[in-house]
Amino acid sequence: MTDFLYSIFVGPFADMIALPDFLMQVLWEGFVAGVLYALIALGFVLIFKASGVFNFAQGIMVVFSGLTLVGLYELGVPAFMALIITLGVMYVLAFSVERFVLRKLVNQPDIILFMATIGLTNILIGLGQWIFGGETKTMITEQLWLPTGSSVWEPNGGLVIFQHIDIAATVIAVLMIVGLGFFFSYTKVGRALRAVADDHQASLSVGISLNQIWVIVWFAAGIVALVTGIMWGARSDVSFSLQIIALKALPVLVLGGFTSIPGAIVGGLIIGIGEKIFEIYWGPLFGSGVEGWFAYVIALIFLLFRPQGLFGDKIIERV
Amino acid sequence: MFYREAGQYNTTYEQDLQAFPIKQDKIGIAIWLVLAYLFVPFFGIPGLEYGFAMNAIMIPVLIFTITTIGLNILVGFTGQISLGTGAFMGVGAYACYKLTSYFPDTNIIILILASGFVSAIVGALFGLPSLRIKGFYLVVATLAAQFFLEWCFIRVGWLYNYNPSGAIEVPQREVLGWIVTGASAEPMTRYLVVLSILVFLAIIAGNLTRGRIGRSWMMIRDMDIAAELIGVRPLTAKLSAFAVSSYFIGVSGALMVFMWLGAAEVESFDVNHSFLYLFMVILGGLGSITGSFMGAAFIWTFPIILKELGKSWFGINATVMENVSLVAIGVMIVVILIAEPHGMARLWQIVKQKLRIWPFPH
Repeated sequence: MTDFLYSIFVGPFADMIALPDFLMQVLWEGFVAGVLYALIALGFVLIFKASGVFNFAQGIMVVFSGLTLVGLYELGVPAFMALIITLGVMYVLAFSVERFVLRKLVNQPDIILFMATIGLTNILIGLGQWIFGGETKTMITEQLWLPTGSSVWEPNGGLVIFQHIDIAATVIAVLMIVGLGFFFSYTKVGRALRAVADDHQASLSVGISLNQIWVIVWFAAGIVALVTGIMWGARSDVSFSLQIIALKALPVLVLGGFTSIPGAIVGGLIIGIGEKIFEIYWGPLFGSGVEGWFAYVIALIFLLFRPQGLFGDKIIERV
Repeated sequence: MFYREAGQYNTTYEQDLQAFPIKQDKIGIAIWLVLAYLFVPFFGIPGLEYGFAMNAIMIPVLIFTITTIGLNILVGFTGQISLGTGAFMGVGAYACYKLTSYFPDTNIIILILASGFVSAIVGALFGLPSLRIKGFYLVVATLAAQFFLEWCFIRVGWLYNYNPSGAIEVPQREVLGWIVTGASAEPMTRYLVVLSILVFLAIIAGNLTRGRIGRSWMMIRDMDIAAELIGVRPLTAKLSAFAVSSYFIGVSGALMVFMWLGAAEVESFDVNHSFLYLFMVILGGLGSITGSFMGAAFIWTFPIILKELGKSWFGINATVMENVSLVAIGVMIVVILIAEPHGMARLWQIVKQKLRIWPFPH
C-alpha cells in the first residue's frame, strides 16, 4: 500500500527532479500538442460564436484540407499552387455549407444543427477517401518551405531536442491567433462578426447579413483547419485517424469555454501538457495508453464544478 | 380507403389505452410477426442466398434495432446526446462473456438479459454528469465514457480472461437441447432468439415510453426547468433514462457478440460505431420506436444494397462504393434533417394520414 501511494504521490515528482532535461522535453512535447489542440478548438469557437452551431466536422475539416493539399501535390500541382487551390476548396466548402445546410436549418434546435454537422463529417470522410484514397500520406513539408530537422539544447549536461517543425508550428499558431485578434478588433467584417456573436437579431437589424457572415466564419475556420492540417501532418502523417485525435478539441473546449478564444488556447495548453505529463509519469501505474481518455476525464471532472469553462460566459437559463 | 378507423368505437378505457387502437394497425403488426416468425426463418429473403440473408442482413438488423431503440430512449425521448453507445454495447458483451464463464450451465438467454443490468449500472454512472450539464457538454462526458471503457477493454485482462489475442471468443452454449451460440449454431436458431428478444424488449420500450416514466422523459427533453417546476424529478428521470437506455444497448451488445460476430475485439465497440447508431436514430426518427426499426434496417442495408448495385450494374469496386455510401448517408442525413427533422417515422405517419383521408384530401 505504501508502495502504491509512493508511486502516485512521490515517485513521479522524484523522477521529474532527477531528470530535469527529460521533464523539459515532456513539457515541450505537451506544449506543441497543446498548441495544435488549441488550433482545432479555435475553429470550433469561431463557428460556435458566430452561428451557435457546434461544428462536429472541424476535426474532419483538418484532415480533409491536409489531404486535399497533399493529394493535389501528388497530382503534379506545384506546392504553393496546391495551397491556394486548397484555400479555394475550403471557401467552396464554407459557401456550400452555408447555402445548402445552415440556411435551410435556421431556427432549428441546436441538436439538429449538431447532427447536420455529423452528416457533414460523413460526407467529407467519404469524399476524401473517394478522391484521394484512404491510405496515409506524407505532408509536403519541405516543398512548403517549412523547416525540418532539429536542434539540441544541452542545459547542464542534459539533452533536450527541439524539432524545427514544432517551433515553426508554435510561431505560425501565435501569428495566426494574433492575426485573428486584429481581424476581429480592427476590420469592418471582424466587428460585424463580433456583433453577430453577441446578438443575431440586433445585428440583423443594423444591416449585417447573417448569411455572408456565416460563409466568412466557416471559411476562417477552414483556414484554421488547413493550417492545423499542415502542422499536424508534418509532425505525424496525414491520415483519417487524425479525426479521432481531433475529438480531443472537445475537452479543450469544455475547459476553456465554448465562446472564448483565449479559453481555447489556455485549455489546449492545459490538456496538451497535462496529458503528456500524466502519460509519462503516472501512465505506467495504469498500464500505458491513458492519453486516450485522460483529457476527457479531466474535462468531466472540471464540468462538475464549472460548467461554463474557465473563460466562458455564465450560462443563464430562463423558463 | 383501407386504412380508416371509421366505425371502430372504443367503449372502455382499456380499449382506449391499447398500444394499437386501430384495427388495421393490429392486422399490420400481425402480418409482420407472421412474416418474421414463419416466413423468414424458413425461406430467408426471397432472391438472396439463405445464409447471407440471415447472417449479413436479418440478424444484424434486428440486433441494431435493439441498440437503436435504446439510444432513441436517451436521445429521442430524453434529449440527452450520447456518443458512448459503442462502449456501452461493449460493457454488455464483456459482462455476458464473464457471466457465461462463471456460470457455464445457466441458460445463455438469461445471461444475455442479465448482462444488460451491468451495462445499465455503468450507464447510470456515466449519466451522473447529465444532472449538472447538458447539451454539447454532455457529449464530452459520454465521449469520456467511450474512450475510458475502450481503454478498459484493452488493458483489463480479467475482462477477456487473459486471452492472448485480447478478443472474447464465444463458447458453445445450448438451450433446451438447441445449440444457440458458438460456431456450430444454426443461423435460424440465432435469428429466432434475437427476434424473440427484440419483440420482448420492443414491447417493454413501447409501454415504457407511452407510460408515466416515458412522459417524464419527454418533459425533461422539451424543457427541463419547466418539467422540474411541475414536479418531475430530474434525478430520477435522467438517470432512469440512462439506465434503461444502457440496458437495451448492453443487451444488444451481448447479442451482437454472442449471436452474430462470434468473437469480438475492442474495434467492434469504437467511437465510429457510436456514430453509426446515432445515424440510425436520426434517420429513423427521434423519439419513435417504429422509427428505430426503420433507421436500423435502412442504415444497415443501404450500403450493402449500394455495394451490390455498384458491382453488378456499373462494375465499380467495393471500396469506391463504400465511400459513395458514406457520402450518400451523410447527404441523406442532412436532407432528412432539412426536410423532416423527425425522420422516416414521421414520413410514415404522413403516409398513414394521407391514406386515412384518401381519396378526398380536403
